[in-house]
Amino acid sequence: MIATLVRIELLKIFRKWRTYIGFIAIGVLVPLLHLAMYLEGQNSIDYVTRGLRDSFILVGNLLNGYWISYLILNALIIHIPFLITLVAGDLMAGEATAGTYRILVTRPVSRIQIVTSKYIAGLIYTSLLIFWLAFVSLVVGIIVFGSGELIVAGSQAIIIFEKSDILWRFILAYGFAILSMTVVCSLAILFSSLVENAIGPIVSTMAVIIIFIILSNFDVAILKEIKPYLFTTYMLNWREFFNDPLNISDIAKAVLILAGHILIFFSASAYIFKKKDILS
Amino acid sequence: MSVFENIIEISSLSKRFKEVLAVNDLSFAVKRGDVFGFLGPNGAGKSTTIRMILSLITPTSGSIKIFGKSLIENRKEILANVGAIVEKPDFYQYLPAIKNLEILAKISGKEVHQSRIYELLELVGLKDRAKSKVKTYSHGMKQRLGIAQTLLHDPELIVLDEPTTGLDPQGMKEIRDLIIRLSKDENKTIFLSSHILSEIELVANRMIIINKGSKVVEGEVNDLLNSKSLKVTVEVENIESAKRILDNTKWYNLIENFSENKFSIKLENKDIAELNKYLVENGVMVNALIPVRSLEDYFLSITSSAK
Repeated sequence: MIATLVRIELLKIFRKWRTYIGFIAIGVLVPLLHLAMYLEGQNSIDYVTRGLRDSFILVGNLLNGYWISYLILNALIIHIPFLITLVAGDLMAGEATAGTYRILVTRPVSRIQIVTSKYIAGLIYTSLLIFWLAFVSLVVGIIVFGSGELIVAGSQAIIIFEKSDILWRFILAYGFAILSMTVVCSLAILFSSLVENAIGPIVSTMAVIIIFIILSNFDVAILKEIKPYLFTTYMLNWREFFNDPLNISDIAKAVLILAGHILIFFSASAYIFKKKDILS
Repeated sequence: MSVFENIIEISSLSKRFKEVLAVNDLSFAVKRGDVFGFLGPNGAGKSTTIRMILSLITPTSGSIKIFGKSLIENRKEILANVGAIVEKPDFYQYLPAIKNLEILAKISGKEVHQSRIYELLELVGLKDRAKSKVKTYSHGMKQRLGIAQTLLHDPELIVLDEPTTGLDPQGMKEIRDLIIRLSKDENKTIFLSSHILSEIELVANRMIIINKGSKVVEGEVNDLLNSKSLKVTVEVENIESAKRILDNTKWYNLIENFSENKFSIKLENKDIAELNKYLVENGVMVNALIPVRSLEDYFLSITSSAK
């Protein structure tokens, strides 16, 4: 039954216009960034490598698809949550607004199955959006700019990855991005289960993310205590895959904390929906 | 599911929303094959009760048994055999009617063939608009689509919450005919809520009236509505001469009140003609004699006070 419900949820998601806003936004924005890098990218490379050029001779194609994808992922991963919440915030509240809970909940399916199918459908939508981002930025980036070594400026050092040592890092980084965006999706569904209008969950989720990001980045002693408990602290940990050597324990900790958040948000949504009186 | 007589058994059912007691200690039973009228003015607690029967709302107290089984413990099994419209028929507006029915068929708990979906669309007169998005449908068309979705999985019990609301007279008649056909030809048990007494009278064999969440009366429609006791409003040309003529007669103590050109009197059906004859023979011009059954009178009074 869950598979049937998930197929139905996906049908509902992909028959709505709002679903495509995220895909269109990425499809328009990333090529614009590609164009900007095509025109001005060499200046950026020169800026990043300005300290190295005094001591080293840099050869090869540093302005390549990998480098541009790294920059795009860095720039967009904070903004993708806006696109996720547009759909996830509507998943449950949309049923209440439309009055369709009445035809859904009076069928012989459990409420837990309904919530689970919505979570799985939300996860699939989130994954597809990140896959689309990966395709447009990485695949198209490599086609347009070619491949080459990746130069990454870390906090302590500048690391140059060999061409053959990069792709797997991107695959894991996009996988991590899916996990962190699923936390956003889960939070939006949780808010969505509380209300009967999709605007509330969308705005609330974004408000939480903005507040958490500010708290995560504010370097004050008292905030350092709560920082480890904010999921936004770990959202940018995909960058860890571009460290050498990899800090496995940090990555594992971030994965566990984000997965824990998903589990908590899911459990809360399921509990709320199970107890909810359908009055819409 | 054939050994029990009561399809629905409601016992001491209550629902409280904070300080509002929407349903108060309600008990009744719907028997197999009934077209059961569930009557009450707006705000009486009908929809809340229906939502509890369909597990959309959790009761504060009391129990609901359907097909002889507890709804809480056997929800899925029970709902696989129930079709329902709750209040207005809402669907996924951005999907065609056929797609809405396909979705609902897939989660109905029974195998529903595509031919059954088209058969039902034809039954409710929407076959030609099957591929139109529901947002292009009129209210009446949505109501008919709502009827179609209740029948998808051939349920034994059909719950219809005010199914004729917003329909034109022809549409109302079609729904009534369909209810009668489903009851007589397909032996369905139908639980029909309405705030219109005449609508229930036309199709139901048993009924309950609720007001302010509590039961007022329950029984056979014929017994409740064909009561011999009537309240007759008599409209006359001259109320003073009517008063004078009736004074010191057997009628006078039966009169409830006089107004400008009419009076109300409690009578049995057989006495109406006699009263009319007496008045006319004594020179009182009678313009109208309007009999209202006592239950109808009561229902009208609670309906008007609820507005």
